[in-house]
Amino acid sequence: MTAPRKPTRVVGRPFAKVDAAAKVTGQTKFADDVVLPRMLHCKLLRSKIAHARILSIDVSKALAAPGVVAVATGKDLPIPFGILPVSQDEHALCMDRVRYVGDPVAAVAAVSEDAAFDALDLIEVRYEPLPPVGTIDEGLAPADAPIHDYGDSGNIHKLVSMQFGDTEEGFSRADRVYDNLYFYEGSTHLALEQHASVADFGPDGKLTLWSSTQTPHYVHRALAKVLGMPPARIRVIATPNGGGFGGKSDVFNHEIVVAHLSRVTGRPVKICLTREEVFYCHRGRHPTLMRVKTGVKKDGAITALHFQTVLDGGGYGSYGVASTYYTGALQTVTYQVPAYRFDGARVFTNKPPCGPKRGHGTPQPRFALEAELDRIACDLGLDPAAIRRDHLQPPNSLTANFLRVGSIGLGACIDRVVAASGWKKRRGKLPRGRGLGIACSSYLTGAGLPIYWNTMPQSGVQLKIDRGGGVTVFCGSTDIGQGSDTILAAIVAEILGIDPFDIRVVTGDTDLTPVDLGSYSSRVTLMTGNAAIEAAERAREMLAAAAGEKLGIPAERVGLAGGRVFDVENPETGMTFPEAAVAAESKCGTLGTVGSYKPPPSAGRYRGAGVGPSPAYSYSAAVVEVEVDPGTGIYTVPKIWIAHDVGKCINAALVMGQVEGSVYMGLGEATMEEMAYRTDANRNVVHKFPSMLEYKSPTTMEMPEVATFLVEDPDANGPFGAKEVGQGPLLPIPPAVANAVFDAVGVRVDEIPVTPEKILRALKAKAQGKPARYGPERFPNVPYPEPIHVRTPAEGGDGKAVDAPVTAAGGVR
Amino acid sequence: MTRRSKFRERELTRAHLALSVNGETVEAAFEPHKTLLEVLREDLALTGTKHGCELGECGTCAVLIDGKPVLSCLVLGVECEGRSIETVEGMAGPGGLHPLQKAFADLGAAQCGYCTPGFLLTGKALLEENPNPTLPQIREALAGNLCRCTGYIKIFEAVELAAAWMRGEKAEPRKESLYGFDFDESGLLPVLKS
Repeated sequence: MTAPRKPTRVVGRPFAKVDAAAKVTGQTKFADDVVLPRMLHCKLLRSKIAHARILSIDVSKALAAPGVVAVATGKDLPIPFGILPVSQDEHALCMDRVRYVGDPVAAVAAVSEDAAFDALDLIEVRYEPLPPVGTIDEGLAPADAPIHDYGDSGNIHKLVSMQFGDTEEGFSRADRVYDNLYFYEGSTHLALEQHASVADFGPDGKLTLWSSTQTPHYVHRALAKVLGMPPARIRVIATPNGGGFGGKSDVFNHEIVVAHLSRVTGRPVKICLTREEVFYCHRGRHPTLMRVKTGVKKDGAITALHFQTVLDGGGYGSYGVASTYYTGALQTVTYQVPAYRFDGARVFTNKPPCGPKRGHGTPQPRFALEAELDRIACDLGLDPAAIRRDHLQPPNSLTANFLRVGSIGLGACIDRVVAASGWKKRRGKLPRGRGLGIACSSYLTGAGLPIYWNTMPQSGVQLKIDRGGGVTVFCGSTDIGQGSDTILAAIVAEILGIDPFDIRVVTGDTDLTPVDLGSYSSRVTLMTGNAAIEAAERAREMLAAAAGEKLGIPAERVGLAGGRVFDVENPETGMTFPEAAVAAESKCGTLGTVGSYKPPPSAGRYRGAGVGPSPAYSYSAAVVEVEVDPGTGIYTVPKIWIAHDVGKCINAALVMGQVEGSVYMGLGEATMEEMAYRTDANRNVVHKFPSMLEYKSPTTMEMPEVATFLVEDPDANGPFGAKEVGQGPLLPIPPAVANAVFDAVGVRVDEIPVTPEKILRALKAKAQGKPARYGPERFPNVPYPEPIHVRTPAEGGDGKAVDAPVTAAGGVR
Repeated sequence: MTRRSKFRERELTRAHLALSVNGETVEAAFEPHKTLLEVLREDLALTGTKHGCELGECGTCAVLIDGKPVLSCLVLGVECEGRSIETVEGMAGPGGLHPLQKAFADLGAAQCGYCTPGFLLTGKALLEENPNPTLPQIREALAGNLCRCTGYIKIFEAVELAAAWMRGEKAEPRKESLYGFDFDESGLLPVLKS
């Protein structure tokens, strides 16, 4: 079903997006553009205290206020929810505890937004403040009043430890062993569209929710659970997202609250969050402290790798258990790592919850690994490009932690950026203050497992052909700007030989479309694409059979192209696509087909093996150039070269846009973006600057020139060979920036973002004869458990854990 | 949480005035504290104008007033009487899309499309003042508009392409804009054998 067919007519070409005309004329209807008659407006009262018990809530004055129709508090919606089955720790409105500044406590529905705003002031909440937990260290300390009553101990949400092969033996046969600390600060998605939802509970007892969500299926499930309603009576419509980046892939309080308020009032209820509230919703990058121990031979070959991470999780679970595993999952898919150990931990803190931001849990360890390799190469006198190029994981192989990788175009990616940037002539030879840095990366093309355990397809497509030849594709996927609607149209158009702009695409509507799990983990092109191929091939067979009968030729001789259905041996003989549709409907009845996709089973069988497997892995390499003023530490990034192995472009222009957008977002994280907090005089943990003015992100003035190279190394599991592109190209940028700064001024900044102040501090340290670096100085004492032990494939392992440490020979100690 | 206004439904005196929007005169009655952004979206149903912060930080709500780009979240509706307001809904004409709209569509400069109206109108004001802007001039003109999807690159290229079209030149998107630097003559990318 994935055999590449050549030459393609639509696939690979840079068509405009099928929804481009609507987007450039302002006609796209985002969630806040939905307006219904008699609609009420909702506002949330959010906690101003980071950590407290709620003693009482009095809403009587608010209820009596002009324009107010209903007020809700936690006791109205007592059933918990959460995106992961293991972290059902959120309530639509706080029950008896607030866990961060911004945690919603009560909700008002009123005839206008202003009336709802004013009524919030009239709600009286009495709190008993609790000691707030603001940092990783505080999260690891014993807690009298833990933030949650579940987790691995105190405020430690999750602890994991796993060992693949014999790392001790690996370190003992290394020529050098390195041990370094790194830190990656949190950052947020900052999608331009503020979250918005409109709920309409109709007189028929059915609920419709329009929402800016990346995951309508999971919202559907959570609404049914919390509202106690049959899922069949709930319809979730994911409006086109005005940017997502992972920030709209949780189920949010406000989505459930407006549904409840609509049910209570019998009127439609809308909420649109303010920008400040969007900062509090967060679910962004986890601040992560890392310790990396690497054993290498003199040629740079890794003999063993031991990664330790601690994630600052914020106030709720969100995707955090998965995020924790992801900080240890993908270190093995780029370079050969014969023995690998990972210890991970996530702590709860009284800050907005962290979750999945573009790259989900992998940019932090990727930064550490790529900075580490740069350090090792420089120490061993090796070329940082060569140390990577020489030790690539081979294609079609199993990694030490049992990830099955298919195509790997990373070598070609490295070659492109090395050649284009003049790496060999320029790196290490530019005047002081100018430097080049390289880094590589890999990312999943869809998680192997769904978020909740089931054996159903992860993506479904239905296809309808009408008597006029009109083709409609139905799929639960959500277009968040990445172009997933266009990908569906392109694939169906390719197979049916029609114009993609003649296809209608209906997506993201739980009443109308079959389930697709959502726009996360870079899964959409591969999974919906494969489902669309199956549905379109089934339709093509019907059309070819009917047309073949009419033409008096076998169905195998029927071709579909250019809006015609014809005899491939005699292309003049044939009919139009609508004529073929009429013939097929006459022969087969109403024309409709389905297709579905489920990823292949993963090879790992150990606890924790669910995070990391993917049908295919994309690869990227980047070279970044910097110009640093050694007097101030202020630096600019004049140019970036990036190469990305996308397997196969379904639409080249869209792939380019995803690469450039990823580079931009990676650069923002590398240079300036910080989700930063301060502790005020009352020991309250508050966001430093929940506004777009103070949360710095790159503008048109900071965006460098970017030279992009697309590498197509088709993967057998991808539709037409395609792999992901929406997240992977972000990953190499932060480490490449740090590595370039080292090339420019000879100091290491082992912390993201790389700010002028940190560069200057490192330069001062160097001048004082101290280590020429800025970064974390110590790693806390984390009570990681005894690791599970897994024999690697090279040791003859079967993917299952064994009950004792593994020896070098693959035996058990 | 950033706005506080006292809701007194009965005390509100609505401003009743005529606005010139996209070349048409429309009458509207609205509370005098409403911003132009709110008037356009809520009272005139012109939801093509978007909002990202309502504090003048992101440029998403940019419209043209008398041909100049203005953040509609920082202007009161009552200030706009007698002035000519242009929104994204007014850009396309009977002849089809404005060249900027077509260039944004062709190049994929609109990904999620949420910041797009603000960029289009700011870009239009630039090209009306300077038909042949350099890249640094384009960057500077658009510096008040944030985009989180594109990294701005396709937006710069789209403004350059539209400018060429508006000067009457027969320009096409550059191959490397659409395929990267690895394209071959057939217009398709070379495929690696793994």
